[in-house]
Amino acid sequence: MDLKEKIVSSYVAFEDGVNMNSDVHEIRSKAFQNFEKLGFPSKKIEAWKYTSLNAVLREDYCLFPNKKKTVTLPQVKDHFIHDIDTYKVVFVDGKYSSFLSETTHDNFDVCLMSSALAKPKYKPIIENYFNKVAKQDHLTSLNTAFVKEGAYIHIPRNTEVEKPIQIINFTTGTEDAIMTQPRNLIVVEQNAYVQIIERHQSLTQNAALTNVVTEIFADRYATVDYYKIQNDHTSASLVDNTFIEQQSESTVAVHTFSFGGKVTRNNLNFYQMGKHINSTLKGITIIEGKQHVDHHTLVHHTAPNCESHQDYKGIFNERAVGVFNGKVVVEKDAQKTNAYQQNNNVLVSDRSTINAKPQLEIFADDVKCSHGCTTGQLDEQALFYMQQRGIPKKEARALLMYAFANTVLESVKIPEVKERITKLIAMKLSVRIGFDL
Amino acid sequence: MLKIENLHAEVERKAILKGLNLKVKPGEIHAIMGPNGAGKSTLASVIAGKEDYEVTQGIIELDGEDISELDPDERAHAGIFLSFQYPVEIPGVTVTNFIKTAINESRKAQGLDEMSAKDMLKKIRQKSSLLEIDRKFLSRSLNEGFSGGEKKRNEIFQMAMLEPKLAILDETDSGLDIDALRVVANGVNTLKSSNNAIIVITHYQRLLDHIIPDFVHVLHDGKIVKTGDASLAHELEAKGYDWIKEKIIS
Ligand SMILES: Nc1ncnc2c1ncn2[C@@H]1O[C@H](COP(=O)(O)OP(=O)(O)OP(=O)(O)O)[C@@H](O)[C@H]1O
Ligand SMILES: [Mg+2]
Repeated sequence: MDLKEKIVSSYVAFEDGVNMNSDVHEIRSKAFQNFEKLGFPSKKIEAWKYTSLNAVLREDYCLFPNKKKTVTLPQVKDHFIHDIDTYKVVFVDGKYSSFLSETTHDNFDVCLMSSALAKPKYKPIIENYFNKVAKQDHLTSLNTAFVKEGAYIHIPRNTEVEKPIQIINFTTGTEDAIMTQPRNLIVVEQNAYVQIIERHQSLTQNAALTNVVTEIFADRYATVDYYKIQNDHTSASLVDNTFIEQQSESTVAVHTFSFGGKVTRNNLNFYQMGKHINSTLKGITIIEGKQHVDHHTLVHHTAPNCESHQDYKGIFNERAVGVFNGKVVVEKDAQKTNAYQQNNNVLVSDRSTINAKPQLEIFADDVKCSHGCTTGQLDEQALFYMQQRGIPKKEARALLMYAFANTVLESVKIPEVKERITKLIAMKLSVRIGFDL
Repeated sequence: MLKIENLHAEVERKAILKGLNLKVKPGEIHAIMGPNGAGKSTLASVIAGKEDYEVTQGIIELDGEDISELDPDERAHAGIFLSFQYPVEIPGVTVTNFIKTAINESRKAQGLDEMSAKDMLKKIRQKSSLLEIDRKFLSRSLNEGFSGGEKKRNEIFQMAMLEPKLAILDETDSGLDIDALRVVANGVNTLKSSNNAIIVITHYQRLLDHIIPDFVHVLHDGKIVKTGDASLAHELEAKGYDWIKEKIIS
């Protein structure tokens, strides 16, 4: 049985475990019908031309894991940013782990989607925001059809959340292969501020497929600083669908660090709905072997005087494949838009590939849009210069790649995240880097 | 210290050095002058071990050891320093981090522990003062957006930090204003001792007013065609190279 059939035929069983007499279930059912019609995306679809899910979909995933596996803190500690105090919403095989989590309802909510969907007091927010900005495409529909669990974050106006929030999904490998579909909703009201770190991590080499949907709403003057750390085993694949709606004067930055996984697809969509909005999309990808990372970004400018800033760096070794597709739409009314997009890649091996495609659709006349895309090897002259100063070639290469990626790290606002990423990069490049950035 | 005999080198199959001889002893300062395209920078790169340059004949020895098979970093560890005619910009690596990495890699190669942070800072402070370098400079990306003169001063700062046995300064004076020239020359003179040696590649006499050479060589068409003392530089400044070229032809 192929995965689509398996999923479709499991729906009745899934429905037994949820409240079917709810508005949310209406949404689920509609999404289910949509997925049934669309199925999984194939390479025939333009947006999936360079990324095939075939190999990933061939696994016999367990959809609703039942075996309970306890996870101890020492086992997973390394996957947290543990040197600072944070809120944590942690899931193990798709189920909430209260033991590993640290949630709150004081002043603001950092808690579970399951309770937000069930309890009346969350109803206004759910009604206003749930599944509103998410696109109804193949994989988002699939996620919506099975919505049950995830992180729910609601920050009321004028609230500054002082500790970062970590959303972490572990898979334990108790099943040979597991598919999880977390669903996160993040609502940040006027002039509120929040920092979020998201991570998906399998604890064994067993196959895992995660199809996550995150909706983020940033109201006027709100600030959201979001970090995605993707460093999973090469047996784990991830489709990350993130949809962000921004109101006037809001600032949202998403940094995506992709160092692991088998197939990783990031669908990162920004919808600007007001004036003077600032959107930042940055990423560092460093992969090797047969790893595949695809960044599909969209920034939709609809109103005047907004900015978007994209900066993606990629380093591809061995037979790794990278895809960058950055779409910027500037509507007729979005005069004085300043949209910047930069995608730079280094192919370390001649068998690695990158497919890069900027897509600009500009309907306003008074705009500043720039995009640049480079793909190259490391600068030989710089390597010689560094070697001349006594730095061996391997370290010189690493240092150069490091420096190459560095512009993306500059805007990371949580020092511990920066340090963690720095270490991961050093590890990825298998060097000990004797300095801090 | 340095012995080069009958050195032939080519790049992309084009012969550039064509039987060059040069001997440098500890404590000496040698100046190499010569017309554009003569092969001066090529010689510097060949000594430093740049891969694109193929040595087809001849020997290069440092302290009696053949270094022609060593990688550039190994030559650096052996004490060779090249101040580049065109220093490379390395965005994303600060001057401080770069020099720290360079020093510690050299120490590692010599089986030494890393230099302590305290000693490193002390040394950085001392050497940057010597070269009158603004401390703000040290936290900028290496050479990125530096003016021509700033790049050259930064090269000599690195030389001061690394304390090489043999320093080759390739047109370090070009791009320096008059005051900077004096500062850099003073720096170089301070670093000079009876144990190390310097090769100065330059087009102009004015640097040699500050760094007084024991020998002046004229490099032309891949060979050293004339060697003299400091007065040769004055003569070249006054007369140019034509008289030497003519002499060779006749
Ligand atoms: N990588 C290279 N590829 C091709 N030709 C080269 C290369 N490097 C040097 N050359 C050639 O070798 C010759 C010598 O160059 P070199 O840079 O050594 O001259 P120079 O004496 O330093 O000149 P200048 O005074 O202008 O700095 C020149 O004709 C130059 O074009
Ligand atoms: Mg030159």
